[in-house]
Amino acid sequence: METVMAHPFAKYLREAMMPHIWCSGCGNGIILNCFVQAVDELQMDLNKLVVVSGIGCIGRAAGYVNTNSFHTTHGRPIAFATGIKLANPELEVVIISGDGDLFAIGGNHFIHAARRNIGIKVICANNFNYGMTGGQQGPTTPVEALTTTTPYGNIEHPFNLVHLAAASGATYVARWTTLHVRRLTQSIKKLLQKEGFGFIEVVSPCPEIFGRYNKMRTGLEMMEWFRKVSAIENFSDPAKAEITPERIVVGEFVDIAKISYEKLIHEKIAEINEKKMQW
Amino acid sequence: MNQKRVILEGSHFMNGDIACAEGAIAAGCRFFAGYPITPATEIAEHLAQRMLEVGGIYVQMEDEIASMAAVIGASYAGLKAMTATSGPGFSLMQENIGLAVMTEAPCVIVDVMRGGPSTGQPTLPGQQDVMQAKWGSHGDYEIIALAPSSVQEMFNLTIEAFNLSETYRVPAIVLADEVVGHMWEKVAIPPAQKIKIVNRKKANAPSEAYAPFMPDDDLVPPMACFGEGYSFHATGLTHDEHGYPQTSSSEVQQKLVKRLCDKIRKNADKIVRVEEVLLSDADIVVVAYGIVARAALSAVRKARAEGIKAGLLRPITLWPFPENHVAKIAQQTKAIVVPEMNCGQLVREVERAAKETPVTFLSKLGEEPHTPMEIFEAIRRNS
Amino acid sequence: MRIEIRFAGFGGQGIIKSGIITATAACIYSGKNAVQTQSYGPESRGGACKSEVVISEEEIDFPKVIEPEILVVMSQHAYNEYAENVKTGGIIILDPEMVPHEKELKNVRVFKVPATKIAEELGRKIVANIAMLGAFVAITGVLDKEAVKESIKVNVPKGTEELNLKAFERGYEYGKNLLKS
Ligand SMILES: Cc1ncc(C[n+]2csc(CCOP(=O)(O)OP(=O)(O)O)c2C)c(N)n1
Ligand code: SF4
Ligand SMILES: [Mg+2]
Repeated sequence: METVMAHPFAKYLREAMMPHIWCSGCGNGIILNCFVQAVDELQMDLNKLVVVSGIGCIGRAAGYVNTNSFHTTHGRPIAFATGIKLANPELEVVIISGDGDLFAIGGNHFIHAARRNIGIKVICANNFNYGMTGGQQGPTTPVEALTTTTPYGNIEHPFNLVHLAAASGATYVARWTTLHVRRLTQSIKKLLQKEGFGFIEVVSPCPEIFGRYNKMRTGLEMMEWFRKVSAIENFSDPAKAEITPERIVVGEFVDIAKISYEKLIHEKIAEINEKKMQW
Repeated sequence: MNQKRVILEGSHFMNGDIACAEGAIAAGCRFFAGYPITPATEIAEHLAQRMLEVGGIYVQMEDEIASMAAVIGASYAGLKAMTATSGPGFSLMQENIGLAVMTEAPCVIVDVMRGGPSTGQPTLPGQQDVMQAKWGSHGDYEIIALAPSSVQEMFNLTIEAFNLSETYRVPAIVLADEVVGHMWEKVAIPPAQKIKIVNRKKANAPSEAYAPFMPDDDLVPPMACFGEGYSFHATGLTHDEHGYPQTSSSEVQQKLVKRLCDKIRKNADKIVRVEEVLLSDADIVVVAYGIVARAALSAVRKARAEGIKAGLLRPITLWPFPENHVAKIAQQTKAIVVPEMNCGQLVREVERAAKETPVTFLSKLGEEPHTPMEIFEAIRRNS
Repeated sequence: MRIEIRFAGFGGQGIIKSGIITATAACIYSGKNAVQTQSYGPESRGGACKSEVVISEEEIDFPKVIEPEILVVMSQHAYNEYAENVKTGGIIILDPEMVPHEKELKNVRVFKVPATKIAEELGRKIVANIAMLGAFVAITGVLDKEAVKESIKVNVPKGTEELNLKAFERGYEYGKNLLKS
């Protein structure tokens, strides 16, 4: 007799959207899993949760979670989420998107949202390339890495995302790899409870393309790389946390308290209208 | 909060940009995101003050791409939302205007047109974004664009834009020009309860049964917003009634894109608005919009005084284009004159609708709009 | 009847304001129609500057000034630019201190109002435009004096109403006397 057991997280996923589009060995599923686990552990009100993503492989994540979700244009989920959060600050707005989406085409939105300290939470799947379009070089591609558009090796310097986030003013900054499932989940829980702009970078395997071009053909091989070179160093200097083939510093980098933009603007509104009443 | 104190009423002398901003507030707009640009900046500056007074949000974004994205986000979070810009910013908004079309997000975009291409002439008027308003984003779609020709209309048509946008779940564009934006005139603002306000159709199905893109008979789906108890997905990808991506089904693509077009095309009679002056016996008709229509009206009156049977057809709705009105008048009249502050944009639509009736185009670039005399001369030459 | 008025000078003199006060007086406090347009951009930030008003009992179709009946001018540059564009039989009101060099003009009446001096006597050069406005109202009679005063009250910065009204009265008296002489 065959018994089909409902997956414990079934209620968090849109069955109608399955099967998902991700390759086997891809890290995106792990990230989604950790996110759902965090939401479950926090017993979050799904009605108040909005997941937003841009365009890319990881960008499909928004469609897979069974909550309010929006799949925006490439690079714009942060700007879109800003509108949601300011229009209804009661909503918990989370962005799950890619390194290209958030830091190339959408880089400007990232630094400004962090600077304003808008209360949105950004989870970036950093797979070192543009997976969706077939593996081109992106803003996090390591020097000398091979991609379809750097056939002779990448000569651009990659962003150190945690440094960028910290310097831009994020109140919470962390980096994990898809190997650090438990820590990532706890970190997402923390992120979701922070006030203001928070950011987690998840170093994620893309064996199908990035791995294939760079001598790590399976997800396992990529995870093996993460295992070998990653070191947990909480609250180390994010400026010194550049990712290299030899070293991936993971952990929390920033965890500070700062009043959010949406709180400030609503305080201002209250203040203005109080003054009006006194006339 | 005391609403009476914060919503304007009565007669005021103001400029077009401010009238537009006040129109937005009167329409119930409570979210503005924008990026400064001449000659639309006064809209942002005024709303930076006024939005907060009425309990709404003003946010200056990092660029116009972000502004348009934030507006769609706010719309999906339940607020009436607007942005305002001019040519260069309007170009940057185009991709996300397409997203608003595809996800049927009600929103208003104000474009106070200046001279282009590129940075062009920031402080001079133009009507060069007429085609961009219709075709600026990729893919096939229909959109609504209204052209005010007075400060009063900056107020009225901004409200109208919100009403149409909410009715049809489509972006509505207020296509103004620098002169209308910056000139000062009297605006009469009726008491709030006398202003017609339309709000989007709300979702009323039980949440399990709700399909976010399932249209009613009018081809417009009722709208749920985030946080209202419906958990739904929206995407810029081609999607079915449930909002789920269907990127390789030609059937879904045809059904969706056709509906997005048809909800405007089939309701065009209800959307289109024109002003008709002295048309019944006109031998020659001027078709003009925006500030140019004011010069045209003056020219038509002068022509009448000199015994020339001239008339004016002023499209208030540029998109959908009032082609039936033009076709009808083309059958009655001998000639049509179209003055525009560009190298020939709406005139193409006029020619298409006018069929055999000769159409003379009167271009004006790089300075003030046409004078009444210039249009009068064209009337005389063609009558 | 349609009346076209052009105020011209340089940025910072309150030229734009003069136009707005005039147009507000016409349409809010006199029951007429009025439109104000202005040269905009680099010009309103220090260089040549103009502010134009059309007043009419009827609906105003074309909102821009084509050939003004009245030119109120407060700089030599603006005078050179616009003096010859005044309608036959029209009026030029100028501040002789700001416009030392005049042209030979036929078929216009010229009134010289030392508005800057009047303003200086009141201790604030900044209100010269309002003194000029007073003279303009007295000389042309296109607007009711009280309507313009109401308009000044709502259009000048809070706390400066009294000073501005004083400047207006002085200019008005000066204009009245010019008419008598
Ligand atoms: C304006 C625009 N330019 C380009 C694209 C094509 N495109 C789609 S996804 C993508 C890159 C995605 O990379 P990333 O964000 O890293 O996500 P990944 O696929 O790697 O998960 C690009 C360039 C697009 N959709 N829109
Ligand atoms: S291409 Fe790479 S990132 Fe995209 S689904 Fe496949 S493995 Fe994942
Ligand atoms: Mg990527």
